[in-house]
Amino acid sequence: MPDLGKYADTVILAYIVSFVFLIGLVGLTWLQSRRAKRILATEETRNGK
Amino acid sequence: MSLWEYANPVKFMGLSSRLIPTLSVLTILCLVTGIVWGFFGTPDDYKQGSTVKIIFLHVPSALMAINAWMMMLVASLVWLIRRHHVSALAAKAAAPIGITMTLIALGTGAIWGKPMWGTYWAWDPRLTSFMILFVFYLGYMALWSAIEDSDTAADLTSILCMIGSVFALLSRYAVNFWNQGLHQGASLSLDKEQHVDDTFYYPLLFCIAGFVLLFVLLVLIRTRTEIRLRRAAALAARNV
Repeated sequence: MPDLGKYADTVILAYIVSFVFLIGLVGLTWLQSRRAKRILATEETRNGK
Repeated sequence: MSLWEYANPVKFMGLSSRLIPTLSVLTILCLVTGIVWGFFGTPDDYKQGSTVKIIFLHVPSALMAINAWMMMLVASLVWLIRRHHVSALAAKAAAPIGITMTLIALGTGAIWGKPMWGTYWAWDPRLTSFMILFVFYLGYMALWSAIEDSDTAADLTSILCMIGSVFALLSRYAVNFWNQGLHQGASLSLDKEQHVDDTFYYPLLFCIAGFVLLFVLLVLIRTRTEIRLRRAAALAARNV
């Protein structure tokens, strides 16, 4: 861990905020993609395809 | 072979499924290299101390917040002119990514601004136009959700996108138009005298490449999601 001096809290907070948003976005994208696959599979089964 | 062939959902799904694995690997490589190099491998700035390390997240996210809107503009124009559904869905898919990038840029900017400028927020031209861009993203997403007919939603959001482009461009060039404001000029420039020192420049390039790749990757995945949902809705409508 580098010595961030008196601004350590500021820098770490900025990184935490960014990672939370990025991980949230990737996670949400993955969950929505899985949900869409499931919905389509259900509809295709109902249509006998 | 024409680019327009990929406006066909089946071709788009085929191409994107082949691209996603490679893009995922490249995205992770660029982001990890850039962030680890930037955070652990760069010294403190003589003026800003260690807060300079925030640049590796702030600049790429701000850049992508603006460029995501510009990509949405191009996709919206393609929809309005050529009526390709995939382009309308790609614009819709890009909005949540763009708004997240805007939030990261605003959040890291506020956190960085407090020790450097003495305030979290100022009505600086770039900050103000960025805040308006954020509101446009919210409006764009709300409009998509509010209208049931997808073609009408695509038409109206495309028009909103064109109006919002003024603020997207303004956020990019605001510091050049107005002298009053806290933001400095461009951190990245082809003129070596103007851009940040090479020590920060190279890891920053990796971070920017990582954010661009992440954006492309997520747009592809989200567009595929939108195509699947539309196909499912069409199948469901057949059964009614």
